[in-house]
Amino acid sequence: MTAVHERVDTFHDNDQKPVGYGRMLRKEDPRFLRGRGRYVDDVQLPGMLHLAILRSPVAHARIVGIDTSAAEASPGVKAVVTGAMLAQQNLAWMPTLSNDVQAVLATDKVRFQGQEVAFVVAEDRYAARDALELIDVEYDVLDPVIDARRALAPDAPLIRDDLDGKTNNHCFDWETGDEAATEAVFARADVVVSQDLVYPRVHPAPMETCGAVADYDSVDGKLRLWSTTQAPHAHRTLYAIVAGLPEHKIQVISPDIGGGFGNKVPIYPGYVCAIVASIVTGKPVKWMEDRSENLISTGFARDYIMRGEIAATRDGRILGIRTNVLADHGAFNGTAAPVKYPAGFFGVFTGSYDIEAAYCKMTAVYTNKAPGGVAYACSFRITEAVYLVERIVDCLADELGMDPAELRLKNFIQPEQFPYTTKTGWVYDSGNYEPTMRLAMEMAGYDELRREQAEKRARGELMGIGIAFFTEAVGAGPRKDMDILGLGMADGCELRVHPTGKAVVRLSVQSQGQGHETTFAQIVAEEIGIPPADIEVLHGDTDNTPFGLGTYGSRSTPVSGAAAALVARKVRDKARIIASGMLEVSVADLEWEKGAFHVAGDPGRSVTIQDIALRAHGAGDLPEGIEGGLEAQICYNPSNLTYPHGAYICVVDIDPGTAQVTVRRFIAVDDCGTRINPMIIEGQVHGGLTDGVGMALMEMIAFDEDGNCLGASLMDYLIPTSLEVPDWETGFTVTPSPHHPIGAKGVGESATVGSPPAIVNAVIDALKPFGVRHADMPLTPSRVWDAMRGQARPPI
Amino acid sequence: MQVTMTVNDVEVTREIEARLLLVHFLRDVLGLTGTHWGCDTSNCGTCVVWLDGEPVKSCTVLAAMAGGHQVRTVEGLAKGAELDPIQQGFMQCHGLQCGFCTPGMMMTARALLDRNPDPSETEIREAISGQICRCTGYATIVRSVRWAAVAEAQAAAQVTETTESSEAGEIDNAGQPAEAVA
Repeated sequence: MTAVHERVDTFHDNDQKPVGYGRMLRKEDPRFLRGRGRYVDDVQLPGMLHLAILRSPVAHARIVGIDTSAAEASPGVKAVVTGAMLAQQNLAWMPTLSNDVQAVLATDKVRFQGQEVAFVVAEDRYAARDALELIDVEYDVLDPVIDARRALAPDAPLIRDDLDGKTNNHCFDWETGDEAATEAVFARADVVVSQDLVYPRVHPAPMETCGAVADYDSVDGKLRLWSTTQAPHAHRTLYAIVAGLPEHKIQVISPDIGGGFGNKVPIYPGYVCAIVASIVTGKPVKWMEDRSENLISTGFARDYIMRGEIAATRDGRILGIRTNVLADHGAFNGTAAPVKYPAGFFGVFTGSYDIEAAYCKMTAVYTNKAPGGVAYACSFRITEAVYLVERIVDCLADELGMDPAELRLKNFIQPEQFPYTTKTGWVYDSGNYEPTMRLAMEMAGYDELRREQAEKRARGELMGIGIAFFTEAVGAGPRKDMDILGLGMADGCELRVHPTGKAVVRLSVQSQGQGHETTFAQIVAEEIGIPPADIEVLHGDTDNTPFGLGTYGSRSTPVSGAAAALVARKVRDKARIIASGMLEVSVADLEWEKGAFHVAGDPGRSVTIQDIALRAHGAGDLPEGIEGGLEAQICYNPSNLTYPHGAYICVVDIDPGTAQVTVRRFIAVDDCGTRINPMIIEGQVHGGLTDGVGMALMEMIAFDEDGNCLGASLMDYLIPTSLEVPDWETGFTVTPSPHHPIGAKGVGESATVGSPPAIVNAVIDALKPFGVRHADMPLTPSRVWDAMRGQARPPI
Repeated sequence: MQVTMTVNDVEVTREIEARLLLVHFLRDVLGLTGTHWGCDTSNCGTCVVWLDGEPVKSCTVLAAMAGGHQVRTVEGLAKGAELDPIQQGFMQCHGLQCGFCTPGMMMTARALLDRNPDPSETEIREAISGQICRCTGYATIVRSVRWAAVAEAQAAAQVTETTESSEAGEIDNAGQPAEAVA
């Protein structure tokens, strides 16, 4: 373990390393810098038509009738399609990723504002939009269910009457841990603290909205689909199942993607509509949703109403954690999580602490809101879990009168306890928490901050210091436990070394900005010694890449990164045999170093990987039994998840006159195991921290009592700009994963997971003089103002 | 209606609908897809281009309004094979991830440096505050702009020095700062 304080200066040398890990500028940047990225909306095909979707203006209503005649007569319109028409082809409903069903176009009822009702295909974007306004839908408006707490009331309107025998709005129950054992530790604890917490509904809102271009060729029966998908292979298989198209005749292309954050994991009705439209019209069809459509209809995140309870001894030994959760899943259960994990990985709510017992009971309900649940860089609900545990640990510290850093340090799982099985059954692979925490405290100047705070408090100024320590579970996952609709969460990788020693590596994952074309070239370079510049990384096209489940849940490096390292080792093993023939020594007498094999004890006798590649494809003899070529393919099935951790410290100032919170400093120390490209890691951390500021202080998808979405534009749904966030201070420790081939753990979501509780803890800490123990996100000035006056209310 | 404007130094004339937005004119009519579209409300700034040298959000400008004016997009930022220092800065300082906000950010940043060659961090943050980035957390964008500012200052200093030196008949070079060479 090394504990190194990484301070990034304004200027860097371009220290492009010939081989392997380290800061390397991104290979994908030149095209983006010149405006030559190719996003879905950039795809222009000859004769392409445009599709626009008519959406429900109300949250809950029966469809009495739809008149499309005026729209059909509108200039430029090629087709108008309703749910009834789709139903004739058995395409009105589609499965969600959680074994529920979702309407492609509504047939019987609309169940949330923004639900898809009909679509128009026309010659251009504007003509399609014009025609939408000419579709006349008659709705019989029904009472909606908006407050999840009311969803199971006996008199609540029934939302899912499409499901056979459904008589209420119950979605699922789930529990984990040992209820009786937890009850026992709570009964004997000196101190029990309970706190209600709301993690409000938020939205990933990537800068690029969702969309697709479908191009069905009726002659060869091939469907090409460019779409904003984080999981092209999984989508292709599901299209084959849903639409009955042969899988080998479907090509899903996920080109450059303008941010995903989980928003682009599900299959949306719009994608299916575009496919149908292309089949019906015989033309390529483009569908791009607008920003409002993105915010009101696509995958949201969170929406958990939680009660957290923590039991401890008087001297601050945490004994148990218990939680009760009410989960709002919207109108259809569109959660994208491994099927055996309906609550995602919320089970890691025991956090980074060695405790005696834990228990969670969850009830999920349907409401008249957009479907979804897992999105926004949450690592499958770990965001909610970490928020819960890190808030109630702070509440406990407050109750005990202990410093929150001291309380955490006292209860950490110790390094010698790893692999550590939590009381909810998760096997943490490795961790060394105290050095990470100490480094964050050192970088922050923790003691000095506390002194400054005391001085300011004495002057009536409001300053807060918040800590969060998280352990994540990422890299889903072992196929014996984890699948999405029966597809195991493994990832393939193929590596081909060309005769001249250049290489191409094909990934099953794709990038939404993570820099895979650089990172994966580095992973392969480290293993086979070919410079990253000579390694082409292909991804995001099902015709050109091996099968795998895609990029989300911080799984690219833990799963696909492992596949890339292992396939490179497989190639290297073959290269060793060829080298033994070239050098006329036994394989055992060869040593590998920096892209070449040399004879042990005689470094002068060596062949480079490039020499070997040429021989592998050349006319000369190869060792007996060795085929020509230098390539390999594997499918990597992870044996466990990986468990990154981190310590975050946030410093806020609150204007006592306006209740405006300013994040003055944010110190983030991450431990994601082996670090491949520190520049990219730091970038991902920065982005996640900004998400955290958004969620903690600004962002919320709210609804009025009729179910109107109040966060339907970027004027209403507030995302941090450059003015709301500080210059981030990052550091790192390295605790490699013992089971990952290169020890890497994944980092993409760590900061999104860890930062909200640090910020909220800081705000609550600042408000201590007012006797505030808790206030829910988003901590907008008005909500902080209320808290200062003892009137903190849940946001929903 | 017919509209004529100059886009990246090239005069273009097209027949358009009067309601066509400039962003759609650039993207769909001219095929300049480096300018992006991310909201309908002038909040996100992925569509920022220059109209007569001033950054504007092209989702709220009609193509017709640009008639007779000079438009510059991200495709017109580099000088041939040579990237603008702003572009180099974004690469050097990891000022982009998914790349979607990047063209708009760079157009705003270039305009900032043109009127204020030595902006402070606060001035940079204010300049880009009408634009949203979901990936970077802004710090690396600020560093990118500062990188370009310093690179240009060094280049200018070197040009001055070279000119003086040339007058002395000693050195003759193009005056590229080391940091600005990609």
